Amino acid sequence: MNRFAQSWMSAALVLAIGVALMFGLPGVMDDYTLLQGTIYAVMALLGVSLGFIWGFGGILCFGQAAFFGIGSYTYAIAVVNMGDSTVPFMLAIAVPALFAAILGYVIFFGRLSDVYMGVITLTVTLILFNLINSTAGPEWKIGVAPLGGFNGIPGIPTLNYPGKVDQALSPLELFYLTMACLLITYLGLRCLISSKIGRVIIAAKENEQRVLLLGYDARLYKLFSFTLGGAIAGLAGCLFANWGAFTSPTIFGLAQSAQIIIWVIVGGLGTLVGPMVGCIAIQWLTTQIGTQQIFNSNLVLGGILVVFVLLVPRGVIPSLGIALEWLWTRLMPRESSSSPQTVTAPPIAPSRVPDTAPATMVVVATDEEQAA
Amino acid sequence: MDLAIVVFIQVLYAVASLVIISSGLAVIFGMMKVINLAHGEFMMLGAYAVIMSMRLGINLWVAMFIVAPLAVGLVGVILERMVIRRLYGRMVDTMLATWGLSLLLIGVVTSIAGNTTAGVSAPLSSFTIGAYSVSVYTLVIIAVAVGLGLAIRLILLRTQLGLIARGTMQNPNMADALGISPSVVYSVTFAVGAALSGLAGGLLAPLTGVVPTMGGAFVAKAFITVIGGGPAILAGLVSASTLFGSINQLATFITTPVLGEVALLAAAIVMLRLLPQGITGRFFKGTL
Repeated sequence: MNRFAQSWMSAALVLAIGVALMFGLPGVMDDYTLLQGTIYAVMALLGVSLGFIWGFGGILCFGQAAFFGIGSYTYAIAVVNMGDSTVPFMLAIAVPALFAAILGYVIFFGRLSDVYMGVITLTVTLILFNLINSTAGPEWKIGVAPLGGFNGIPGIPTLNYPGKVDQALSPLELFYLTMACLLITYLGLRCLISSKIGRVIIAAKENEQRVLLLGYDARLYKLFSFTLGGAIAGLAGCLFANWGAFTSPTIFGLAQSAQIIIWVIVGGLGTLVGPMVGCIAIQWLTTQIGTQQIFNSNLVLGGILVVFVLLVPRGVIPSLGIALEWLWTRLMPRESSSSPQTVTAPPIAPSRVPDTAPATMVVVATDEEQAA
Repeated sequence: MDLAIVVFIQVLYAVASLVIISSGLAVIFGMMKVINLAHGEFMMLGAYAVIMSMRLGINLWVAMFIVAPLAVGLVGVILERMVIRRLYGRMVDTMLATWGLSLLLIGVVTSIAGNTTAGVSAPLSSFTIGAYSVSVYTLVIIAVAVGLGLAIRLILLRTQLGLIARGTMQNPNMADALGISPSVVYSVTFAVGAALSGLAGGLLAPLTGVVPTMGGAFVAKAFITVIGGGPAILAGLVSASTLFGSINQLATFITTPVLGEVALLAAAIVMLRLLPQGITGRFFKGTL
């Protein structure tokens, strides 16, 4: 299963499902449900951004919501000022990436450990939340765009065709765009992960010391993946601002940051599909919780997080993979030979790297080793 | 001159409240290397304990200094037994699990008490310095912070209990071999940390509105103080509180409270870049 997760088959499968959803859903859904679909895809994109930097880069960022928020605010402010949405769309990716690069420089080149990293990103998110929250007065504006403080920015113009200001995207087109962004990001990250750069990024997560000794500057690679994660989160933020034509400081909040982490943990660390699946499942669950009065959503989300950390630390998708693999090894010999002895043989994870593996083998290590 | 005295008292107060807010976290992180992201919610529970006791007719001071720490200490023991002890040595997992606990506690309290702001009126009156009036309660907070610092130092350095605790944290296997159960020591240490958080929540209840989500306002400040302080529990706590508290209060005085908080957090990030090991990683080495 692990081999399958790394193979092109799995990427093709995910893309096929994604494309099917992208063109199938508008046929069976009404406009309202399609809008729901758009926000699920936006959040899935946000989940993937953390899933990449945490699961593959080994960078636990508690403030992924900060980049998301900066992206959405950048788009809102720029589009209100400029009218045409082409440049704001690019700015919404570039500004969070730049912010991530600066923050990443402080963290990685200061050689701060995981825990400090978590605390710093959390703190930065809170700073932004406090700052934006306090900009309610009319004196707070950038260009002609008032920041709105805790009220947020309403009435953000939707993306338009490049150069044609009056030709804004319809909800259906926004859905296509969001799905396309999600699938392209997925494909791009898969390509990156299997490239040489991606292998160094993963190796730096597994054993930074060894990577340094092999002559790679692990800090640069971490900075690169962190910046890329910030850019993707910014893109998601821009799409979020388009989805509701609204943005507010709550997207910087602790609750939002916690949610992203829960998506990744539940879906599965070290995969790219996991965060998407986790995101959709948790989003759906929170919507369901909102319709009843007995359980509070914080209570359920908190419970899920504790249970997953304690009992299912790998997350759903890798656990599913392991279960399938176990079934596979149990069932396959029965088909090929009738000998009952092989049936009871314990399942062996096929890609487990032995402890005595040469250093170059570390780069193919996957979530298996990380979770073990 | 009057203004200078008032500003000085305010700075002292800012430092003292940072010491109080962070002490519980400092004990848990410093002794056990557990990052307790549910710290703010422990404080929230302390504040609610005070409010519940007040409704039952218990004296405010008894509620603050006895009921709140006891109640939260008890919650701490239960959570340590159920969740935290499974995760010792796995720092990142502990952070995640305690974040889950924090959401869980917010959810539980919201379900029980509702998402409304409860309040305790500030006890004691105020006195005036020249044209400015200062609340006596401010002085109480300063006094409690000083008392807390002295008590932590005395207990850790001068008592059998402190010796056992420090020994276990340094070498659990050796302590085990000498007949001391590390698991009990961990439980007690966590409970003491939780109780300190409860005390902090109780003390701050009259100053802030009490809502289930109030913890979020404190947790970042507490963390930054503890992390900025570095490995020495008490010296780190006091030095970081002094630095950040002064920056916060002076920036607040010059601009607005919000910018004061921003200045605190920004100063902390700059400081961590310069001193990644915290203040006591470079200065006051070898102190407690």
